[in-house]
Amino acid sequence: MSDILGGYNFAYLDEQTKRMIRRAILKAVAVPGYQVPFAGREMPLPYGWGTGGIQVTASVISADDVLKVIDQGADDTTNAVSIRRFFAKTAGVRTTTKTAEATLIQTRHRIPERRLTEGQIIVYQVPNPEPLRWMEPRESETRKMHALLEYGAMHVKLYEDIVHFGRIATSYDYPVRVNGRYIMAPSPIPKFDNPKMDGMPALQLFGAGREKRIYAVPPYTRVESLDFEDYPFEVQRWDQSCALCGATDSYLDEVITDDRGGRMFVCSDTDHCSERRAASDEAEGDGIRRPVEEEAAE
Amino acid sequence: MNAALAIAPASPLLEVRGVGHFYGNRLGCQEVSFDLYPGEVLGIVGESGSGKTTLLSCLAGRLDFAEGRIRYDSRSDGLVDLATLSEAKRRVLMRTEWGIVHQNPRDGLRMGVSAGANIGERLMAVGQRHFGKIRAAAGDWLAQVEIAADRMDDLPMSFSGGMQQRLQIARNLVTGPRLVFMDEPTGGLDVSVQARLLDLLRRLVADMSLSVILVTHDLAVARLLAHRLMVMKGGHVVESGLTDQVLDDPHHPYTQLLVSSMLQV
Repeated sequence: MSDILGGYNFAYLDEQTKRMIRRAILKAVAVPGYQVPFAGREMPLPYGWGTGGIQVTASVISADDVLKVIDQGADDTTNAVSIRRFFAKTAGVRTTTKTAEATLIQTRHRIPERRLTEGQIIVYQVPNPEPLRWMEPRESETRKMHALLEYGAMHVKLYEDIVHFGRIATSYDYPVRVNGRYIMAPSPIPKFDNPKMDGMPALQLFGAGREKRIYAVPPYTRVESLDFEDYPFEVQRWDQSCALCGATDSYLDEVITDDRGGRMFVCSDTDHCSERRAASDEAEGDGIRRPVEEEAAE
Repeated sequence: MNAALAIAPASPLLEVRGVGHFYGNRLGCQEVSFDLYPGEVLGIVGESGSGKTTLLSCLAGRLDFAEGRIRYDSRSDGLVDLATLSEAKRRVLMRTEWGIVHQNPRDGLRMGVSAGANIGERLMAVGQRHFGKIRAAAGDWLAQVEIAADRMDDLPMSFSGGMQQRLQIARNLVTGPRLVFMDEPTGGLDVSVQARLLDLLRRLVADMSLSVILVTHDLAVARLLAHRLMVMKGGHVVESGLTDQVLDDPHHPYTQLLVSSMLQV
């Protein structure tokens, strides 16, 4: 533990604060999907960079945890690297980029492709915890709407989508109903990831730093995406497969490769992609599969 | 109009007894009592500051009134006391059995979503989850309030004042309410648009046998729509009775003044 930064408490936050946040988390787990207010602290990074998630992580992390941090599915982006290093320095925990090894995962915008297991905790960074805010600007009113199950307004948004785009065009932060009760914003994950939340064996915690709210989905909880009977919920699909690992069932990012219109689609989950490539390397040597249309374009 | 009264059943829809409300020490309204029967339109007239809107807010459950008792005969729970009714139930009443038409359509509409969504919202709020059916109902109601079907996906922002008011009425009536509160529904509209709106309201009220509490300062509107009239001044009801009776043979000096100040063209 000698490599822990001197002068700071374990995991940066003081024990009283952690206790306060843990109480909020316990309440959030007890009432799935309900937004519990908490006294958010100033953190050494700006609002919008994950101040909520980092406080939740700091409160639940222990010395023997293995931490993974992802940003848009990638382990090597600035935000992910900084937060991982932050906890390596202030808590001295082991960090990893492998989903399977991690006991604690802090994420922004994605859920890992690999199915999470019992005993893992995933912490989401949430910019806007209130799904009803789009229709109702008053906090006092949205709380009442949650309390009284007045969720008609949520479908108005989906209705408008169909009217304007012919389908439900909301593609991220897609509203869900948790445990048949509260409507919840799943944070800006793509709706591709929504089905993963349903009945997930891992504990899901959500922290919104600016709005000072914590909410949770306990393991094996029902999470339904809202829809209409004649316009059922569906996830994004791609015509392409991943240009690096050939996966057809993962969430793909479009990457611009030059200024002449060249582009390729690759897995947004970097760990998932490299794991698949390593596996096929073992199997067939070179292993890297390039999509047919890329070669044709050259 | 009297035919509607003659066939009215014996039990009132809304029973108001001694209702009053104060803003601090200032009187809003006091000792208001009346019964409203199904299918009846009650007009409340009076000058600005006479307590009309305060009374309407008390009745519509938007204000916790200080005195008196209001009982409503609801479809689901029978006779309920509005003062002791839980907020949850009151809000359910508000979106199923009641409607509120505001003077300014901006207060009653969602200006940021299309006309169809405005009408559909109440349906979705009571659990309708079939897009096609919601849309069909919205189209139906647009036709009822004489808005062209091709305006369904336009924002109310792009509508004229009269259209917005009609849209607001459609939005309220789509769930088939029994009691509608109207606060100066024709205020701010020019006379020809007013006339059309009044025609429309008269037809809808008759077709759906709505009960309406209509607050207005315009006696002409009251004469056209209301079966019965209550005249308010300084927070008190000074005269009440059948509309024709009150307007043609006013007894109270204030009512006489009000009737004589009507513009004759």
